[in-house]
Amino acid sequence: MARRKLLAGLVLAAGSFAGAVAYHRRFGGRRERVDLYYEDGAMVSLEGRSPEGERLLPLARDVLNAART
Amino acid sequence: MDAAQALADLTEISSQIEAAILIDAKGTVLASTLGDEARTARVAEAAQALLRAVEETQERPEFVQLEAATLDGSVFVVRDHARAVAATTTPEPTVGLVFYDLKSCLRAAAAENDGKRRPRARQTAKKADGTS
Repeated sequence: MARRKLLAGLVLAAGSFAGAVAYHRRFGGRRERVDLYYEDGAMVSLEGRSPEGERLLPLARDVLNAART
Repeated sequence: MDAAQALADLTEISSQIEAAILIDAKGTVLASTLGDEARTARVAEAAQALLRAVEETQERPEFVQLEAATLDGSVFVVRDHARAVAATTTPEPTVGLVFYDLKSCLRAAAAENDGKRRPRARQTAKKADGTS
């Protein structure tokens, strides 16, 4: 019984790890955001779904489109 | 070295940077990697609209560096009191390297303007791996 519980725990842990890796690969490195850096070393990150991000990211896309077309 | 050469060096050392423009504090284009004047003007206008919007949305508008990351690519801006360099890159760029290269470019343009020696750029990856 104890061995079966251990096995179930290991399977659950392995599944969670695999899910986390898959999620990170799919979404982790591809977040839309605006990062601002200040002279004193401070940094502000505006997520794409924040009000500021929703205003700024279309303007960033305008820059990309203007440069590419 | 003039501003155009600083930008040419920038695109040579960084394969991730697709296009870049250098503008002064008033928004006048000093140099561009885009051959087309109309395209350069559109990029400059769009970059300034982005900068204005950032300044309007932030309590601290005096940022010195910016990266706007989208799924299609990133927009980078590095600026000082006198000028700014804006660049577009491929998606998921190496952020630290791009900022380093843009800062080197801005310093080179400033040195040229102030009559100082040009700062040394990092060795190009293209040259280092023999693909240039």
